[in-house]
Amino acid sequence: MKKRKLPHWLILLLLIFLYMPILVLITYSFNEGRTGAEWTGFTFKWYAELFRDRNILKAMGYTILIAFIASTVSTVVGTISAWGIKYMGRRTSGILLSINDLPLLNPDLVTAISLMSLYIFLKMTFGFMTLLLSHIMFSIPYVIITVLPVLRRISRHQMEAALDLGAKPVVGLFKIILPQLKQSIISGWLIAFTMSVDDFVISFFTTGSGVSNISIAVFSMARRGINPKINALSSLMFAVVIALLLIINKNRKTRKEDLAIEENILLH
Amino acid sequence: MKNRFNRYAWPYALWTVVIIVLPLVVIFVFSFSKNGSFSLEGYGLFFTPLYLKVLLKSLELALKATAICLIVGYPIALLISREEGTRKSTLMLLLMLPMWINFLLKTYAWRPILGNTGLLNSFLEMIGLDKVQFLYTEGAVLLGMVYNFIPFMILPILSVLDKMDHKLIEAAHDLGADDRTVFLKVVLPLSLPGIISGISLVFMPSVSTFIIPIILGGGQDMMIGNLIERQFLKVGNWNFGSSISVILMLVILSAMIILSLFDREKRGER
Repeated sequence: MKKRKLPHWLILLLLIFLYMPILVLITYSFNEGRTGAEWTGFTFKWYAELFRDRNILKAMGYTILIAFIASTVSTVVGTISAWGIKYMGRRTSGILLSINDLPLLNPDLVTAISLMSLYIFLKMTFGFMTLLLSHIMFSIPYVIITVLPVLRRISRHQMEAALDLGAKPVVGLFKIILPQLKQSIISGWLIAFTMSVDDFVISFFTTGSGVSNISIAVFSMARRGINPKINALSSLMFAVVIALLLIINKNRKTRKEDLAIEENILLH
Repeated sequence: MKNRFNRYAWPYALWTVVIIVLPLVVIFVFSFSKNGSFSLEGYGLFFTPLYLKVLLKSLELALKATAICLIVGYPIALLISREEGTRKSTLMLLLMLPMWINFLLKTYAWRPILGNTGLLNSFLEMIGLDKVQFLYTEGAVLLGMVYNFIPFMILPILSVLDKMDHKLIEAAHDLGADDRTVFLKVVLPLSLPGIISGISLVFMPSVSTFIIPIILGGGQDMMIGNLIERQFLKVGNWNFGSSISVILMLVILSAMIILSLFDREKRGER
């Protein structure tokens, strides 16, 4: 078989289909004109306007704050829970992991309304706390499925040996286990962070009283029509996602972790 | 030793019961009640022509999107699986990258292209044709679904194809089968698990989406997801909203059951 220079035209067509809208959006973010397809000149003014928009700045702040707290809490809770799950019996851990998979398998809309119903049922006020709780809820499963496979490869005897040699469990944890988990914990945190920054549906249903994240701000603008500020914001968000992905990629070491991360994406 | 550390998972187990299992129970209870007492009103309301039409439209659009993704996605998965080395991993990366980009933005990105003064219509005008209404049509919604979900079809098929034992294909060739026969009798049946997970990964988000109809479809109550959103966020009728949600979950569950039956049947044949 002769080796072709370019991939098959069908693949190229798909790549054009996948990337064209994104490239168009980025191009328009530098377009002087407000509407229409016409190119009327290069400008940074939409970016400048974006950073003067109080609502968007506030939404950016909330997005980062929520993502930071949610991913950090989820990483700590997820890692400790994964440690416990490793030592659970096969049946108990099987049940727990199936429940853990539910938010990953259910459509976002179902997770969102189920959380909303819970908060209504518990008579909670919708706002920052409900939003944060929801983000923690859907982030922990990602941390667990990222950390657990690596944790399961660590032999149980390592911890036993440490304990036999007189180390306290805490010392064993910090000296023996955590160093081996470092990469997957960082990956888990980054995935949780990305998912939190990226989320729209669940946030949309579980927030209230003036608290909104970037996606919600984009949605309310997009609902009203075309707005060049959205193009600018989108371009910035693409840049952030690509930067985060590069960091995650750099962090991946083993093939198994690769697979786990691929699975995460597929399941979402 | 075994029971010493498993207690660290119990707080999380309790948490999942409260925040994952309980909410689903709450929706179920809400769906069967009105003003605090048992009622089937929500379901009764749903099974009227007005709402049934929306359910059928959702199913129709989701099935069409799934079919298009499968028909386009399978050959592409096959082509990528035949690539090698860095080129293959680059192609896979390019396929996965859009999955990380905000869903809302990806959908919104089509508006400057499809709009009345958008790129496509400017192009049509330029070559002397009349403008066409692209945005706010069912076609636009379908396009949005295919655009957002086609990687979910390609990747599972690709991963099954990659794991396939090439000796089987060689053996089939050696035994005199032509390319067509090898594909139909060996490759296609073996890739069925990938097709099935691809179908569920495209159908599920398609049938439950409410963002795509709002941004590209324009219509308020086009799909079942829009009905749910409206009942929960605008009308505030949680009981009716819950009834529709339970129906949506049943639709998804039945789709899963049908798919798994199909999978088992095929496995049994072999």
